[in-house]
Amino acid sequence: MSRIDRRFAQLRDKRRAALVTFVMAGDPDPATSRALLKALPQAGADLIEIGMPFTDPMADGPAIQAAGLRALRAGMTLHGVLHLVAQFRESDAHTPIVLMGYYNPIYVYGVEKFLVDAKAAGADGLIVVDLPPEEDAELCLPALRAGLSFIRLATPTTDEARLPAVLANTSGFVYYVSIAGITGAGRPDYSRVAEAVARIKAHTPLPVAVGFGVKDASAAAIIAAHADGVVVGSALIDALAGTLDGEGRGGEAAVKAVSALVRELASGVAGAAKNSATGEKVSA
Amino acid sequence: MDAMARLTSWMDGPALPVEAARPFKSGNMTLQTPILQPNSLRQGPDAHGHFGIFGGRFVAETLMPLILSLEKAYEEARADPAYHAELQNLLTHYVGRPSPLYFAERMTQHLGGAKIYFKREELNHTGAHKINNVLGQILLARRMGKKRIIAETGAGQHGVATATACARFGLECIVYMGAVDVERQKPNVFRMNMLGAKVVPVQSGARTLKDAMNEALRDWVTNVEDTFYCIGTAAGPHPYPAMVRDFQCVIGEETRAQMFAAEGRLPDSAFACIGGGSNAIGLFHPFLDDRSVELYGVEAAGHGLNVENGHAASLAGGRPGVLHGNRTYLLMDPEGQILEGHSISAGLDYPGIGPEHAWLKETGRVTYLSATDEEALAAFHLCAQLEGIIPALEPAHALARIIDIAPTKPKDHLMVLGLSGRGDKDLATVAGSLGGME
Repeated sequence: MSRIDRRFAQLRDKRRAALVTFVMAGDPDPATSRALLKALPQAGADLIEIGMPFTDPMADGPAIQAAGLRALRAGMTLHGVLHLVAQFRESDAHTPIVLMGYYNPIYVYGVEKFLVDAKAAGADGLIVVDLPPEEDAELCLPALRAGLSFIRLATPTTDEARLPAVLANTSGFVYYVSIAGITGAGRPDYSRVAEAVARIKAHTPLPVAVGFGVKDASAAAIIAAHADGVVVGSALIDALAGTLDGEGRGGEAAVKAVSALVRELASGVAGAAKNSATGEKVSA
Repeated sequence: MDAMARLTSWMDGPALPVEAARPFKSGNMTLQTPILQPNSLRQGPDAHGHFGIFGGRFVAETLMPLILSLEKAYEEARADPAYHAELQNLLTHYVGRPSPLYFAERMTQHLGGAKIYFKREELNHTGAHKINNVLGQILLARRMGKKRIIAETGAGQHGVATATACARFGLECIVYMGAVDVERQKPNVFRMNMLGAKVVPVQSGARTLKDAMNEALRDWVTNVEDTFYCIGTAAGPHPYPAMVRDFQCVIGEETRAQMFAAEGRLPDSAFACIGGGSNAIGLFHPFLDDRSVELYGVEAAGHGLNVENGHAASLAGGRPGVLHGNRTYLLMDPEGQILEGHSISAGLDYPGIGPEHAWLKETGRVTYLSATDEEALAAFHLCAQLEGIIPALEPAHALARIIDIAPTKPKDHLMVLGLSGRGDKDLATVAGSLGGME
């Protein structure tokens, strides 16, 4: 059983959803990033998605774009991302780590070498935004062979006919993108989120985590009542960005601000668990 | 002779004059699947959009259903004579096709070698080849019931062409343009505004064409229901590279027919500039199976190929990678982060290239060269002074290599320049290069 499977199983026993937090590796600098990763589980993160910075993140909104560019300016590389994962693993053997990004840096690094190095560093899964099932031979199938989960995005445009293809080689969990749009934009229609999660679950036994547009504890609670996981990214990046000084430097304030928001979100998710356990779903 | 037999005989070898006149008689045949020989270089892409290892569909899941429905709609349109008739009518009466194949007599005398012809795409409505593709896509958007058109633009030529077609058909038009390009191509921004388009200056990343494309993709992901993305070059996820190529093949097909009319035979060589490569693939593709025709694509070498991040020559200075929906040659750093590229010409200033060019480079069928900013400027001035034609800086790059190569060829060597656009938009840039002229 993988770390991801084990974590979702534990949470299912506790009848609560997972809080999945996204941060960009190396944003705003490697030292802050390292401290932040270490702080996330203590603040209540159940899984961590670590962004692999890329110059041209086509599916991301302004917050994550800016985070990636800050990380690149501070010298972050794909080697650097894997080094951060390895350092995190020195003190945390249980929190699943999912690497999220775009294909080109991995392609240039070399697919096979990347998979070996990512596994060795302690990563558990991959989300690569610009690799739909049509391109599974590129990275998805090799990743599964290497023992890494390949987590696929399902979106409001993924219809019934397409869902089986999207889910075919997905493992770990399914990441449902609740709005057609870029990260950080808009607010999902929560009634449709519940419906979409149910639709996906009819096709797969995998946990379904929902993201895009989750900014606070109340939104997290509503999603948590309907899904197996709540993904929060842009809101955490915004919290971090708000603490940077004029030169864009990070430090303790950044870690504190992000941790505070994670604690708030975690309380939202935990609150939803109670409602869910008593069968009363929180509705929008 | 029926259409299939005519096409087959046309593919078999040097065409007869009657075959050469085909595009004027029967419309744009390229869009209909031609019968090709088993070893034809014109068969790509495969069902998954691959040209060799290049091409593909590297897009977010949100866009995948749209890409698939676009592919289906295009296949249906290709098979519909009414679609061809409407496009042909527009190309004739709105664009002004066929564009002339002009014997550049003084350029020929000056260089003292090959006989040089210009394929004059700059005489098209809106002043460049871009309109050929835009009209094909806009008619497709109408068939698909899409009311909102988005586009990216570098130099502004594709943006102007898209704004023009949207005005003609009463469609909403949003053009994404890097903030840097908005500054250096002001006349085109003004033209787009006059045509009723909304020009959105893109402030993210390097604020040039690649970022405009990122932003257009973000728009598309957000507005999936009603929006059609009109891509300006033969790049992006399948089916765009093949579709844009098909629309631009009118350039090469006309050139072929016109050269037969003028000289009674095929040209010996053809030259075109390459950014994304749509005018080049349009000129080259109908000649790919005529192995006697030398094909030369000319990339922008900017400040020089040895200047890091100082050029936009993806084939000469890049490596295979994945960006904007396709695998192709890209300018990038050792970590796979995309570089901005530089060219004096905003239309060539793109870190990638259409995937079919990447494949044609690997097969060796097309020879890819490059020209620096300085060489392009010199060619620009020479063309204006000798021929009374002010070319865009983009085709001036191709002319720069003709200036070297034409003198080495015999006088009966027939050489064609794809003169893809006119230079009005570049006057401020050229004036700047002359030293602060207003």
